[in-house]
Amino acid sequence: MKYETVVGLEVHTELKTKSKIFCGCTTEFGGDQNTHVCPVCLGLPGCLPVLNKKVLDYAIKVGLALHCDILGFNKFDRKNYYYPDLPKNFQTSQYDLPICLNGYLDIEVGGKTRRIRITRIHMEEDAGKLVHSGSTISTSDSSNVDYNRTGVPLLEIVSEPDMRSGEEARAYVEKLRSILKYLDVSDVRMEEGSLRCDANISVRLVGDDKLGTKTEIKNMNSLSALQKGVEYEALRQAELVDDGGQVVQETRTWDDGKGMTLSMRKKEAENDYRYFPEPDLVPLTISDEQIEDARKTLPELPDAKMARFQDEYGLSNEDSRILTALRETADYLDATVKAGADAKGAANWMLGDLSKMVNEANITFKDAPVKPEQLAKMMALITKGTISGKIAKKVLASMWDTGKDPDVIVEEQGLVQITDTGAIEALVKQVIADNPKSVEDFKSGKGKAIGFLVGQVMKASKGKANPGMVNQMLKEELSK
Amino acid sequence: MTIHELHQKLVNKELSALELTKAVIAHKEAVEGQVHAYLSDSHEQALAVAEAVDAKIAKGEAIAPLAGIPGAVKDNICIKGQPATCASKMLENFIPPYNASVIEALQGQDFISLGKVNMDEFAMGGSTENSALAKTTNPWNADYVPGGSSGGSAAAVSSGSAIWALGSDTGGSIRQPSSYCGVVGLKPTYGNVSRYGLIAFASSLDQIGPVARDVTDAALVLNAITGHDDHDSTSIPGQRPDYTKALVNDVKGMTIGVPKEYFGDGLHEDVRKAMEEAIETYRSLGAAIKEVSLPTTKYALSAYYIIALAEASSNLARYDGVSYGLRVPADNLVEMSTKTRTIGFGPEVQRRILLGTYVLSAGYYDAYYLKAMKARRLIKEEFDRAFEDVDVLLAPVAPNTAFKFGEKINDPLSMYLEDICTVPVNLAGIPAISIPAGFASNGMPIGMQLMGKPMGEEAILQAAYTFEQARPECNKVAPTGEVQL
Repeated sequence: MKYETVVGLEVHTELKTKSKIFCGCTTEFGGDQNTHVCPVCLGLPGCLPVLNKKVLDYAIKVGLALHCDILGFNKFDRKNYYYPDLPKNFQTSQYDLPICLNGYLDIEVGGKTRRIRITRIHMEEDAGKLVHSGSTISTSDSSNVDYNRTGVPLLEIVSEPDMRSGEEARAYVEKLRSILKYLDVSDVRMEEGSLRCDANISVRLVGDDKLGTKTEIKNMNSLSALQKGVEYEALRQAELVDDGGQVVQETRTWDDGKGMTLSMRKKEAENDYRYFPEPDLVPLTISDEQIEDARKTLPELPDAKMARFQDEYGLSNEDSRILTALRETADYLDATVKAGADAKGAANWMLGDLSKMVNEANITFKDAPVKPEQLAKMMALITKGTISGKIAKKVLASMWDTGKDPDVIVEEQGLVQITDTGAIEALVKQVIADNPKSVEDFKSGKGKAIGFLVGQVMKASKGKANPGMVNQMLKEELSK
Repeated sequence: MTIHELHQKLVNKELSALELTKAVIAHKEAVEGQVHAYLSDSHEQALAVAEAVDAKIAKGEAIAPLAGIPGAVKDNICIKGQPATCASKMLENFIPPYNASVIEALQGQDFISLGKVNMDEFAMGGSTENSALAKTTNPWNADYVPGGSSGGSAAAVSSGSAIWALGSDTGGSIRQPSSYCGVVGLKPTYGNVSRYGLIAFASSLDQIGPVARDVTDAALVLNAITGHDDHDSTSIPGQRPDYTKALVNDVKGMTIGVPKEYFGDGLHEDVRKAMEEAIETYRSLGAAIKEVSLPTTKYALSAYYIIALAEASSNLARYDGVSYGLRVPADNLVEMSTKTRTIGFGPEVQRRILLGTYVLSAGYYDAYYLKAMKARRLIKEEFDRAFEDVDVLLAPVAPNTAFKFGEKINDPLSMYLEDICTVPVNLAGIPAISIPAGFASNGMPIGMQLMGKPMGEEAILQAAYTFEQARPECNKVAPTGEVQL
């Protein structure tokens, strides 16, 4: 590759506080148009903002989780621009003194760890939503404004241009989402817009220090759209430069259907937002004590959990990564181990059958009908020899469907393993008598034939025979 | 008549609140043809509250000092269900669905408002000539402006069409019209009174305050509206004193500072003379007089106009025709907003939005806004140092007395210069009171300004009250100003 892709991301995440950032309205998603509004978030004359303290708490948590400096003195500013979804025609945001500066996030791509620096994190209010009568603003006769989202608290997390591919950009957002979920501060649903991501992309010759002219890509509403968008745009720019052209600084939108970025507006100069300190809010002072208190409330974060899963549970790097991506999954494993299960075994069940069920049901492990204690019980039944691993799969499926304990299911369905030598011997003899061809094959040295015969015995026992015993007894019988 | 006199009459049952309210309404109807202080009326609500107050008195219940005593409210302070026009075409039909916090507080004290009063559009101006909706005249002489921007509040109290009024003061908008109309006006410490529901001109400078007949009434109104408010982040926390306790007729041991920068070249001789007499009065009453110097005063006017207009350009951005207020139809959004703002805002408001936008623009921010903020800090620090040595500062409210209609309206700069004595107080966030201090040779009232340290309202009230007791001849009622009971 002649060119290197350079990506910086601006991620907006809606905080899941109960009420909006500057008023008491609910932040709930949806609702009839303009029902989650009040004079303050509508920006009616004379109304004043009051900061929701939860927003500050959440911002500090996120800042600490991303290794940022928390600014003991920070303030809100007004970002002035006219747009009908912005009732005051300014957005209350943070400019030169944001709540957090200088953090980082480690990502892992292709087995290599990369540190992505975070420039800043700031608090701001979300805007409303335009509802056009047509499909786009320019083809519509009229537009309505829905102010339900106006004033929902946002954190804007700005990275340095430290990512070098679409894959890295995706890994960064994936990791960021994971951390925000762990902190329980945001729903981080890209499709619903509770996490939005704009990418600044440029290309340069490998080895070059200077950044190329960047474009800003919007409207990448999923992780795959982000990766594809970055890859497409980098390729577009590289081809453009290769053909002797020049990248124009502009804002482009990702068209997921067409699989390409399209020009939205040229940016001849920086927009002049005429920032100035928000006079309706007093500057915020945060004490060291407040920061330390917040630090104490931080949960164990993915990186730390991953390290622990490898050290304590002896899991592989890859398995630990998968099991720690979501806090619910990691908590499930911890709870199963706490209930007495072997960690590696539990991890296998979780990565295998349970993951499939959880994914199919479109839920997280937290809401799985099979509770960690029940999984541990089921695993104990295998260890005790009450059921075979194969039967266990059946039991687990029933547990999922009914929510019942594994011993109840084994009892109800008569799934107790047959370990009675006499019963198994009868089945073995019967199968040998019924399959002379396979017996012949085995005797003539085709070792594989034993597998078929074991399968026949298991089938005859409706899966309940102890497979080890079947194997052993078959071999004994055939060598007679 | 004053609040405290009328309150006694109500309590002693010499007069009912209903009789009083009807009498003031009748008087109002008689003088309004000339004065035009009001933009809208709320007589029905006023009479209903008056009856409720009378019922309380009949039952022997205690009533609040302001209960049943008709007042008026500047039209930039929101009263639920009543127009709040800011004297602008932009908000001519705007009816807020909420009360300002001061109105909430007053309604808990059975307050009576006879209506909303005129002002310079969005509180921008010093003569009320910038009102897009009415021309208010000075009750002392109808050829003269009432001052502004709270011209309606001052004219209503001066003409007797309200016993008291609420105004707002961003750079002198309570004190200057009070001075021009010969009444008392108090600008509280920034944060003493909640701004919630006050339609913003310049958020870091605006403050609601009383316009009243005398110092006692000003203290009573301040008592009624002061206090911390959770809805205003800039509201000062903590308990407030009973400001009437400061009404002590004594200045012995008090040091009154006279900042020489307020007595410069542009000062009218009559005003200078009145100030000198006031200083002599204080000296004779036992106060120590100390000349002080506040050299950064010379930057105050420039700093004020930069900061105030910067904030205003942003505060007034919301009036775009999208969801409330005036909308001038057009083919597309940008054209609609542009037309709405061009037609909805008067020339002074447009001038200020343009200037404010300019000083915040990239490349100019450092030279204007940032520098102005630095000057503001220096001004505040200078006041802080001055108040280490003095209890109050004495100065004129304005270099001149009321001027005639049309005299300055086409010369914005000379209009702005009338604010030179009042804006430093807003920049520093300190309290100041304007009280009548005599009359010019043309018969128009002269106002004296007493400034105090932050939350030092008590000291200025005491000094003002003592002066008022010593010099009753300064506080006369305007020719048509007395209500017949």
